[in-house]
Amino acid sequence: MKNPLSDKIVALKPSGIRKFFDIVSEMDDAISLGVGEPDFDTPWHIRDEGIYSLEKGRTFYTSNAGLKELKEEICNYLKRKQGVTYDPDQEVLVTVGGSEAIDIGLRAVLNPGDEVLIPQPSFVSYEPCALMAGGIPVIIELKAENEFRLTAEELENAITDKTKVLVLPFPNNPTGAIMERQDLEAIAEVIRRHDILVMSDEIYAELTYKEKHVSIVEIEGMQERTILINGFSKAYAMTGWRLGYACGPKEIIQQMIKIHQFAIMCAPTTSQYAAVEALRNGDNDVQEMRTAYNQRRRYLMNEFRQMNLECFEPFGAFYVFPCIKEFGMTSEQFAERFLAEEKVAVVPGSAFGDCGEGYLRISYAYSLDNLKLAIGKLADFVARLRAAKQ
Amino acid sequence: MREELLAIVEKNSRIDLKELAVILGVEEIDVVNELAALEAEGIICGYHTMIDWEKTSIEKVSALIEVRVTPQRGQGFDNIAERIYKYPEVTSVYLISGGYDLLVTLEGKSLKEISGFVSDKLSTLDSVLSTATHFILKKYKDHGTILARKYEDTREKVTP
Repeated sequence: MKNPLSDKIVALKPSGIRKFFDIVSEMDDAISLGVGEPDFDTPWHIRDEGIYSLEKGRTFYTSNAGLKELKEEICNYLKRKQGVTYDPDQEVLVTVGGSEAIDIGLRAVLNPGDEVLIPQPSFVSYEPCALMAGGIPVIIELKAENEFRLTAEELENAITDKTKVLVLPFPNNPTGAIMERQDLEAIAEVIRRHDILVMSDEIYAELTYKEKHVSIVEIEGMQERTILINGFSKAYAMTGWRLGYACGPKEIIQQMIKIHQFAIMCAPTTSQYAAVEALRNGDNDVQEMRTAYNQRRRYLMNEFRQMNLECFEPFGAFYVFPCIKEFGMTSEQFAERFLAEEKVAVVPGSAFGDCGEGYLRISYAYSLDNLKLAIGKLADFVARLRAAKQ
Repeated sequence: MREELLAIVEKNSRIDLKELAVILGVEEIDVVNELAALEAEGIICGYHTMIDWEKTSIEKVSALIEVRVTPQRGQGFDNIAERIYKYPEVTSVYLISGGYDLLVTLEGKSLKEISGFVSDKLSTLDSVLSTATHFILKKYKDHGTILARKYEDTREKVTP
């Protein structure tokens, strides 16, 4: 038989998380701090709206770009939260999760050999999606001393004449880092000067614990060169509904719709009806969940201080990213031993890029009781490692 | 902090003060002072424990009683409400808009005890016009807590 496989796909590295997942799923009694999705159920009124749409027989395709009323609600939401205006008919596309928007957004803008700037540590999909779209990923290694924010200098140094688009993943998974207005203004100046595009993945926009989230599209001259990606998974605890969206300049969105219509047809109809309800009547749910996450975040930061475990204070998403370099192990070794000895799963930082080496991603999408149990075990483990070193 | 503090202790009044301070991001002494103030102002009126008596061997019967009454001049419903809530077996009394006036909840050891209370004590009050008693058969959710099922984490253990 001839080689049945695509060389490009075979060459892709499998996700580092996948490997760890396989180990953990073998263990029945492991507690996990490794989950990248909310612990809350989707609020009942949103689920109810999905069920109602099924009862009414709304079980057909929607138009390719999404339900008109959903696109309008997305525009209302962005106006309300970010103070920016999008045309629901031309500049919005409803996608199957934020993940689809990342994929087809990169496919819509990249030509072979175009460089894609990807700050890391970050979500696992950007690099393979850039490669699959024929682009060349250029990694920007974010630094702990900058609280894992992207600085203008780091950006400037990574730009070449082949640079096409910057992926901007804030609030960030896995570090929990955010970019505040002055941080965005500093990089926006570089972006405008070099005339590059931005793909801003703001899926955690609702989960910030300082000032409210600022989007890069709020900065002057940026909306016209930015693909803004958001979705319902994190803010409304709707991961399984697979629903996200992209907003941006008409020319780009129209090309994304073309890919979407051939590859996907349309996002799930039930989820779209539920999402309309989420945007219309979900603000209080988001507020309640944010308050709960923030309490857990404070709890974890305090525990790390008690343990003397180095960790910058993150103000976004639902992750903390403590440093474990003092133990002289790789992130993977640490995570594997911690799992074997204490039966607690955390994700090695290196799963999110080489510069995540020496860190762990700890998710606080768990009840406080659960966190207490797991953090107690982390404290024991850390104490044991330190004692052994002496 | 007041609203967030109340929301937490409403669900868990046994929470440790130190922990409360940590998750609220304030000093422990501030939590102590705020709780004292809330108690003094009568905003926090008590710290109760939710018990699912069904799971014990102790027999308990609860009922909701709709009561229609004649309001009294100058007193409205307050006087009659007071006469009812003073009975220790009465667990709550609400003034209600709509088809009847007072909603009384009652806890007793048996059906007989509750029906005895209704016929001997409640119905015989001068201003009580009529009563309708509903016995509670099963509690699914009480005080915001679902009693019927336990939370189970069905998520995949590790996801990106």
